[in-house]
Amino acid sequence: MITFDDVSKVYPGQKKAALRHVNISIDKGEFVFLVGASGSGKSTFMRLILREYRPTSGRIYVAGKDLSQIRQWKVPDLRRQIGTVFQDFRLLPGKTVFENVAFALQVTGRPMAEIRRTVPEVLELVGLKGRETRMADELSGGEQQRVAIARAFVGKPKILLADEPTGNLDPNTSVGIMKLLDRINRRNTTVVMATHDATVVDQMRRRVIELIDGQVVRDQKKGVYGTD
Amino acid sequence: MRHTLSETWLSLRRNVSMTISVVVTMWVSLSLFGISLLMMQQVNMMKGYWYDKIEITVYLCTTLSGGSTQAGTCEPGQETTDAQRQLIQQQLEANPDVYSVIYESKEQAFAEFQQTYKNSPILGTLTVDQMQDSFRIKLVDPQNYQGVVSRAQTMQGVQSVQDLRQVLDPLFSVLNGLRWGTMILAVLLLLAAALQIGNTIRLTAFTRRREIGIMRLVGASNSYITLPFLLESLVAGILGVAAAAATLAVALQFLVIDRAQVSIKSLAWIGWHEFFFAILVLGVVGVILAVIPTLIATRRYLRV
Repeated sequence: MITFDDVSKVYPGQKKAALRHVNISIDKGEFVFLVGASGSGKSTFMRLILREYRPTSGRIYVAGKDLSQIRQWKVPDLRRQIGTVFQDFRLLPGKTVFENVAFALQVTGRPMAEIRRTVPEVLELVGLKGRETRMADELSGGEQQRVAIARAFVGKPKILLADEPTGNLDPNTSVGIMKLLDRINRRNTTVVMATHDATVVDQMRRRVIELIDGQVVRDQKKGVYGTD
Repeated sequence: MRHTLSETWLSLRRNVSMTISVVVTMWVSLSLFGISLLMMQQVNMMKGYWYDKIEITVYLCTTLSGGSTQAGTCEPGQETTDAQRQLIQQQLEANPDVYSVIYESKEQAFAEFQQTYKNSPILGTLTVDQMQDSFRIKLVDPQNYQGVVSRAQTMQGVQSVQDLRQVLDPLFSVLNGLRWGTMILAVLLLLAAALQIGNTIRLTAFTRRREIGIMRLVGASNSYITLPFLLESLVAGILGVAAAAATLAVALQFLVIDRAQVSIKSLAWIGWHEFFFAILVLGVVGVILAVIPTLIATRRYLRV
């Protein structure tokens, strides 16, 4: 589903590479934790998948497509196959829960009938049934993240990228969010989650990829956060 | 589509003062631009009208001519002799470019002068002897006047040769100067309008950057993201074009059709046909001025 073939990334004007000779292959339906200190290259890894940047060298394949071959105007098509969730939720504060989720479908030109059918389904999946008309900024952090996940998942993406999704949440709420991500993963969605949260990684026991200074130092099935 | 339209409307309302200033700048600059277009057409019409009627006048020598540098082929103090006059007439009539030659004696010229300035005090200041004998020449093709003029200039007994172009060209060069002045002013103002649209859109895009970021993330196409901005500046541009069109229409009706055309009937004046041509050009310029700065201003937010 995602393949990094000897990928390096050096940002313009910087000497140090953000990623160095990364070779990673993530299969369809896998759940992968991306761990490492701040600045170790986790975010760069995510952004390369989204094709926000191009790698300095090497090739990246996402959902069967070579990203270096994708034309600029085809990038939106790629992003429709990838759902993205962030630490800071990135909701639209003036809109309701329903509108926030529907937004992702509206702006990609889906018909109104489909929106009315799909959005309540997804809101039920993330456990926000009955909250459709609440304003997004009135919700608790955990609920806001559920809205964000609903928005990322409503387009039925093949891949879900989560960048520190539990970073702003307390441990109990985090457990709920992880259960939700697990449920989405069981629906045959590949999940890649960058995190600092050792507890979460240790509980889930999924594949762990660790980055230090832009290099992959560990790739472990059913791994834990620490290196012990 | 509904989302696009509501976004456009919302943004226009939020930026109402900026929208007004853009519309006013567009209005004034496009009006000036339109005026210069109409002037250009007016000058071309007048040229066509007059140049089609160009006559050449060949003035013969009088006892008063000669001795100065502008005396042509005159002998100082000598009138053109009858023999010279007949030769001139023969030569002119033999020229295939000449359609007709009419002789006007100084007595006829004096009579016409008296007729024209019947009520003027200037009447008493001239005598018959101060008038000149002349040939009035009509051409087969008024555009081919130079050959006839230069040949007539070399004939014996000719004081000077005048064509209408020499009289009209200074007038046209003044009109042309005015037109270019207006055009330059219009272009400067149009440039200001374009920059203003660019700034307005940049501001709007900045206030909506969060939304745009999410749109890009979930895979909205660039055209979908740009459309509300394009519509916003197009609305402003089209309002400006409409206001300029109304201004020009009023000016044309009251200044040209109601006044100039009535008081100066002997001239060809521009009308609605020329007006519609000018409006068409204004429309195209207005749309381009709205679209290009918008595309440049939003590009930054669309860069992937």
